[in-house]
Amino acid sequence: MDTYIPAEYEVVRNPDLCIACQVCERQCYNGVHKYDKDLGRMISDSNKCVNCHRCVCLCPTHALKIVKSDDTYRLNNNWSNQAMNEIYRQANTGGMLLSSMGNPNDYPIYFNKILVNASQVTNPSIDPLREPMETQVFLGQKNVEIKRDKMGRLVDTLPPQLKLRYPIMFSAMSYGSISYNAHESLARAAEELGIYYNTGEGGLHKDFYKYGKNTIVQVASGRFGVHADYLEAAAAIEIKMGQGAKPGIGGHLPGAKISEEVSETRMIPRGVDAISPAPHHDIYSIEDLRQLIYTLKEATAYKKPIIVKIAAVHNVAAIASGIARSGADIIAIDGFRGGTGAAPTRIRDNVGIPIELALAQVDERLRQEGIRNNVSIVVGGSIHSSSDVVKAIALGADACYIGTAAVMALGCHLCRTCHTGKCNWGIATQIPELVKRLNPDIGYKRLVNLVEAWGGEIKEMMGGMGINSIEALKGNRLMLRGVGLNDTELRLLGIRHAGESM
Amino acid sequence: MKRIYVNEQHCLGCHLCEWECAFANSGLDEMFKLKGKFGTEIRPRIRVEGEEKDEIHFAVNCRHCTSSICVKSCISGALSRNDDGMVVIDREKCVGCFTCVLVCPFGAIMPAADGKAAQKCMLCTDNGRNGEPNCVAHCPNGAIVYEERD
Repeated sequence: MDTYIPAEYEVVRNPDLCIACQVCERQCYNGVHKYDKDLGRMISDSNKCVNCHRCVCLCPTHALKIVKSDDTYRLNNNWSNQAMNEIYRQANTGGMLLSSMGNPNDYPIYFNKILVNASQVTNPSIDPLREPMETQVFLGQKNVEIKRDKMGRLVDTLPPQLKLRYPIMFSAMSYGSISYNAHESLARAAEELGIYYNTGEGGLHKDFYKYGKNTIVQVASGRFGVHADYLEAAAAIEIKMGQGAKPGIGGHLPGAKISEEVSETRMIPRGVDAISPAPHHDIYSIEDLRQLIYTLKEATAYKKPIIVKIAAVHNVAAIASGIARSGADIIAIDGFRGGTGAAPTRIRDNVGIPIELALAQVDERLRQEGIRNNVSIVVGGSIHSSSDVVKAIALGADACYIGTAAVMALGCHLCRTCHTGKCNWGIATQIPELVKRLNPDIGYKRLVNLVEAWGGEIKEMMGGMGINSIEALKGNRLMLRGVGLNDTELRLLGIRHAGESM
Repeated sequence: MKRIYVNEQHCLGCHLCEWECAFANSGLDEMFKLKGKFGTEIRPRIRVEGEEKDEIHFAVNCRHCTSSICVKSCISGALSRNDDGMVVIDREKCVGCFTCVLVCPFGAIMPAADGKAAQKCMLCTDNGRNGEPNCVAHCPNGAIVYEERD
């Protein structure tokens, strides 16, 4: 018999406020709430609750809250309740533990230990409300030889570039892992913001080709949905070698999520699990990667930048150096906190390195080798706020990918049960009645709001530093200081400790 | 005229609009005070059509028809169309014959809680909400809209 595992969170209902309108019952796909006719009131089963907060947010009288259960085993600093429950769960099922979203464990968040500089007296700060501020960035190779024609005029030899109004893009989330309405929201927001969203490896739904100029399409190890029109439709093509949430392993979209439309978009049979292999079976070296990069460039007439996305792992600097020499235009690095629709828990929680360290090391290595201008660098993996964007750029990034923050703008409350496919917010699900809950008209506006708000904050922070162009911030590590970091961390980040002057 | 419409592709069938309607017309200042006031029958002026497990749900309230059959059927002159085109009910004149309830093709008129008069959506003009319909303001998915359409 299965060992009973107590609920981690409890639903608490204030009986004075509950009017038994049953909105919680109708909105919970997990069946936590129900109206009990015998008692004449609402009752809740906390064991079914995933703590997505849908009921809390929709309760019109705010009668509900979710609290951490205080049920506990004998306190043990070695065996936590969670570690024990995982043992019971695996003994019950014999299965690998699955999780979603990013690594939630208590590892350092280096962005929170970095402080930004500001101008005082001797160098004027700039008021972004009164003076122009440039947040536009171009991603692509910048290492061109300057050529002139016979008349001495410049010949345009610049390789293709992505133009972003803000140094922010929506990271790869596939149609299949997230819903049609979520994709529509991302696509429309990217178009309005003058930035890019990324299809992930799930192909591009036929309805979204019209957003092509703001779309990055992905070519991943499963090659789902890749065909000539798909590549042609996009502004850039991303080769996904790895993902921060699950470095070293592939993807697995359960058959239950493969609806008719997902099947058509991915070009795979309906209802059958979609497995992306861990490696690309045609890539076992930088030379192989170069072949795929040039295959894609050839297929699209050298008009589109090619992005190579890797997870931040121990040797990331050397790997990035290889990629920068392989013909890629942009390197995307995904830190170990990056999100996912499903990953084995042990991989998500134990593999990879923090994006801050990876970024600093990659930027440093490419500079040392004189090839930093061969590529642009985009980083992701838990960019929490505009200040993280500013810090990432000062550490050497050209732009940031936001995925988790973007789905949170769409309603996600990080319950981390995407892999069940029953997202109450209509994001990570293909169940029509749930998908409906995300109205793209509202969703895209919320994404636009978020990025515009961040854009304003980035300008404020730049102005404070006396910088009026994002280019002048890029790799400007003198604008950063560490607090509470040891010498090794400071050396790896390439920044000084707070209190040390220029 | 501006009317309340429902974009059924966004309607979740959560029935919040019904409760927001009941609250708006209850005269109460806090929604939780609805508790126990009506028993199980809150008599909203907007109703969600479609059963819980159905694929399609949508909220329905008075359409303010241009050829208002309810107005024509009213025996006491309680129902009329005002200058804006809104179908209004005068509770003082209503004798509770409920002919209008019978003839409304949308089921958008119903007996009021006291059973002595009919009630219908007045676009929140009669309850101190200055004509800002409460169902529209509180629809969690933006499915209910208040707008001019051809």
